[in-house]
Formats: sequence, C-alpha cells, structure tokens
Amino acid sequence: MDETVSLVLFSGTDDKLTAAATLAAGAAALGKPVKIFLQYWALAAFRADRIKADHGLAPEAGAAGAAAVRAALAAGQSHWSETLRAAKELGEVEIQACSASMDILKLQQSDLDSLVDGVEGVAAFYINAGEGQIIFI
Amino acid sequence: MGNLDIKVRVDASGLSCPLPILRATQAIRTVAAGELIEVVATDPGSVKDFAAWASSTGNALVESGSADGKYRFVLRHK
Repeated sequence: MDETVSLVLFSGTDDKLTAAATLAAGAAALGKPVKIFLQYWALAAFRADRIKADHGLAPEAGAAGAAAVRAALAAGQSHWSETLRAAKELGEVEIQACSASMDILKLQQSDLDSLVDGVEGVAAFYINAGEGQIIFI
Repeated sequence: MGNLDIKVRVDASGLSCPLPILRATQAIRTVAAGELIEVVATDPGSVKDFAAWASSTGNALVESGSADGKYRFVLRHK
C-alpha cells in the first residue's frame, strides 16, 4: 500500500491554504509521506515577500465567515505557513513548485519562501505521487 | 493515574486541529521508548484524533479522559 498523500494546491486564499496545511500536518503526524505541488495562486502565496500577507478568503466566506477566520487567527490559531513548517520538521513533507505556474507568474525559486524545496513538472509530480491519494485544493 | 511516571507534559489547550497531534508528535520524540507523555487539549476532535494517531503510529494510548472541558491523553512511546 502506498501511504504517500499528495496535495495539489491551486487556490491562494488563506482559508484554503489553512485547510491544506491542516491536512498535510495531520498526515505527517501519522507518519505518512506528504508531497505538496503548488500551482497558480497557491504558488503566488508562497512568495517570500508576501507569505504572511493577507491572501483573502474564498468568496463563500462572506462577512461573517471572514470575521470568524480573523477571530481564530487573533486567538492564536497557527498561520498556515507555520503549520507547514512544523509539519516539515516532524515528518517527511516535500513542497514543489509547478514549473509551468512559475513560468506564468514569472517567478524564480529564489522568489519563494524556504518552505519550497524545488521546482518540478507534472510528470515528476505523478511519479512521486505513486499509487497514493491525490487531493486538489 | 497518580502513579504514572510521566516524562513530558504538553498543554495544547486552546489549540485547534492539527496542533495537538503535532505537539504530541514533537514531544514523544523527546522521550525514550516505553516512556510516557501527557497531552491536555480542549479541541473536542482530539479524542478521535489521538485514538487514530496512536493506532497509526504504534504509540500506545494509555489513558484518555475528559473533565471540565479538557481532554487528557497519556501516550507511551513505542
């Protein structure tokens, strides 16, 4: 059985990134290898100069949802980037940037936060995912 | 429960999922095989999470209980 959990992150809003970081960290805590592939707006959110910026929320959050999310962060909920950092420290978590998205957004790896381990294409992503689950967020 | 020899205590009160199991994973690595840690959490999801975490990682869930809105887990490093 292939235990690897692969997460494709597409959305770059803070709520979806928080949900993704929770899934990644949970899998890492269970001892499962985790592969994260960053595309489009998720990749843009990993820019070193704005990883902690306000990346907004999914449209369905609405005003009340936005207030609830802000309150959780103010109450000490871990920022998604810190959750991922903790997950990388305690488990086998690898974060790769999608090379096509890098090209579209005109990014170099040096533009990205050190959480990102490298840049790869979709074939490498599938090979590394093996027979394990792939989750798209 | 008073005579358990707990080596490390983790207060995960106020932390939401997945932080309690992350803190537990970090803490259990600091003790030797067979030694115990205690985690206190307020996240109601932690009850099922710690049971799943124990069965998946092979670390034993020695005690699991709740009182006054807090959940307490004693875990033995495998």
